[in-house]
Amino acid sequence: MTETLTLAKIKQAFGASLIEAHSQLGHDTVVISKSAILDVARMLKTDPELQYNYLMDLTAVDYWKRNPRFEVVYHLYSLANNQRLRVKAPLGGNEPEIDSLTSLWAGANWFEREVYDMFGIRFKGHPDLRRILLYPEFEGHPLRKDYPITKRQPLIGPKV
Amino acid sequence: MEIVSGGSTTMGFFTTRLDKMIGWARKYSIFQYPFITACCGMEYMATACSHYDIDRFGAGLPRFSPRQADVLFVVGTISQKLAPVLVTIYEQMCAPKWVVAFGVCTCTGGFYNDYASVPGIDTIIPVDVYIPGCPPRPETVLHGLMMLQEKIQNQKQEL
Amino acid sequence: MASTETISKTMFLNIGPSHPAMHGTVRIAVELDGEIIRSADVEIGYLHRAFEKHCESGSYTQCFPYTDRLNYVSPLINNFGFAAAVEKLMGIEVPERCNYIRVIMSEISRICDHLTSIGASAMELGAFSVFLYMIKAREWLWELVEEVTGARLTVSYGRVGGVKGDLTEGFAERCRPTLQKVRSVLKEVDDLLTHNRIFYDRMKGVGFIAQEDAIEHGITGPFLRASGVAYDVRKASPYFVYDRMNFDIPVGENGDNFDRYLVRMEEMEQSIRIVEQALDTIPEGPTNVDPEGRVIEPSVMADLGKIGKTLGLLTNEVLIEPTLQGSEKRLHAAVYTASKQARIPPKEQVYSNIEALMNHFKVVMYGHGIRPPKGEVYYAVEGANGELGFYIVSDGTDKPWRVRCRPPCFPIMAALGKILIGSQLADIVPTFGSVNMIGGELDR
Repeated sequence: MTETLTLAKIKQAFGASLIEAHSQLGHDTVVISKSAILDVARMLKTDPELQYNYLMDLTAVDYWKRNPRFEVVYHLYSLANNQRLRVKAPLGGNEPEIDSLTSLWAGANWFEREVYDMFGIRFKGHPDLRRILLYPEFEGHPLRKDYPITKRQPLIGPKV
Repeated sequence: MEIVSGGSTTMGFFTTRLDKMIGWARKYSIFQYPFITACCGMEYMATACSHYDIDRFGAGLPRFSPRQADVLFVVGTISQKLAPVLVTIYEQMCAPKWVVAFGVCTCTGGFYNDYASVPGIDTIIPVDVYIPGCPPRPETVLHGLMMLQEKIQNQKQEL
Repeated sequence: MASTETISKTMFLNIGPSHPAMHGTVRIAVELDGEIIRSADVEIGYLHRAFEKHCESGSYTQCFPYTDRLNYVSPLINNFGFAAAVEKLMGIEVPERCNYIRVIMSEISRICDHLTSIGASAMELGAFSVFLYMIKAREWLWELVEEVTGARLTVSYGRVGGVKGDLTEGFAERCRPTLQKVRSVLKEVDDLLTHNRIFYDRMKGVGFIAQEDAIEHGITGPFLRASGVAYDVRKASPYFVYDRMNFDIPVGENGDNFDRYLVRMEEMEQSIRIVEQALDTIPEGPTNVDPEGRVIEPSVMADLGKIGKTLGLLTNEVLIEPTLQGSEKRLHAAVYTASKQARIPPKEQVYSNIEALMNHFKVVMYGHGIRPPKGEVYYAVEGANGELGFYIVSDGTDKPWRVRCRPPCFPIMAALGKILIGSQLADIVPTFGSVNMIGGELDR
């Protein structure tokens, strides 16, 4: 079974940084500490047996009032094995930071910019970390749970 | 030239007739600028194409330069990021000009009551006709267009 | 002697956001050396409408209207993708007929999307009549969609655990000739475009992306398949009943605009094939049976012991608004899950007995609603532009804690800047057209 192979490989190579590994609803999930993300991702991508060559999605979740507050979620896909994997990395603090994956996948660039825009998570080593969906004048990060949905910051027109 | 309108003089009679004539000419030669951003654009396409054929109402020619257009169709949600662009486009248009708010997002913001959307474009530019609907059906659009034509016909014509 | 050296300077040109070829919501700032693009900065976000934030602030059912407006050319696929993700989280099975309906409606949506994409792309290259033909065909399909869902565009037809209502009576008899008409339009367009010198020259060899680059950027869908990778979620991890359908995945060779056009044209043909097969094999309802195996009509499923004075009410025909057509029919059970957690009872029951009314309110009322267990799920369907994934985190309440949509054209737009480098200024239009950028999905 490849599922167990993926999990076993990660356990074997990164046992110290692995926080949790499980398979929920048929989807392998590993939770690792943020310092290991780049190494784990590189291993998953380059290992000849795993070949997770797709970074399908990169996003974050704000677990407000929980510590650590944020979690960056990577969805990987292996075209060769038709296998999916979810990698999660918890991040604490109000100014969270994690290594950028732009050196591995070019597609990570915009995804990380979006996470920065929406959650204020900084990516170390990102070549061009600026807002993507919102405008530079915008203050705060709207997908954080403490940002009220109707708080507008108009560039023009009345402040409502 | 000074024209006193509304009087019973021949000059007043003349200007009223002139107003009507210009209005008639203007309402059937609408050059629209479709400011398309979102879902409503699909219905705009449907209205403009052969099934509903907006050309029957004398509004068949979209102009993609604001300087050549006289009706601004704002089609789709306007976000706060896009709002300055919309105002610039509006200011670039030559008078006389009219604005149609196409779809409920442009009328009131619709169900996008959030940090990113403008709650109705009338908070930033004046609007002549509101066409609600999410998105409005082509029939509604044509009705809105006819209302605009009526308005153009009956207003005092600027020269 | 005067110096003959010329000073060469690059020029910056800003295209969009309000530009007919930019579809209103994208700005490209290009650095030009003569006609050649040296660098391109793509700016998006002009249609950011806080989709994810809205989903967090409403109940699961309230997310559906927002999913419609993600990819507004193929809203049904978004509906079903979101519904299927929540169903997976809850462990709900939907009836077979519902799965068939989802396949049929998804494929009709996909055809609409490709028609619009190719039509708009051709129009931007000057082939206006193609656009008119395509929109005409799309209008026929929208009439079918409207007949089933009640709306042309923003349908909200999917539900957690099923679809809003059954297909209308005689749908198949109307659908088949329409598909034939669409076929003939496709043939016509094929004649007009595929061997058209102008179209060919503008598309062939333009906007090239290699396989490795496409994978590196996370590109999926027709854009990837034109580069020669046969990845399609419908085949790789079949959902609904795609594994029972017989269809091919068209794959291009050159990874240029022309191949993307060919792939889209062929995909429409395959989608028509799928719809025809599904119409042939769709099982009939109703599926609710009593212990002896006899079919129970939903209208007699009320609790007889509690009827008392309302006996007359039950036997009365309840008049139902025409807008609810499809939800009241006896086939309701065939398109809705049996799980009470998510099931809205048929309308004549809601109107005639208290249990169904309470059940209805338990599902839709504020503070009650659908409550998936704690957990997270990622569910991918093949959207018109590629893999459309929904990542949902549930905290066990009636509101999703986090809904993330993986937009298929986001990675393509991310790669666009790189694709454009080295090509000519005029190539922006066909290349951008072949991306099939949909603002609602890109910016959410």
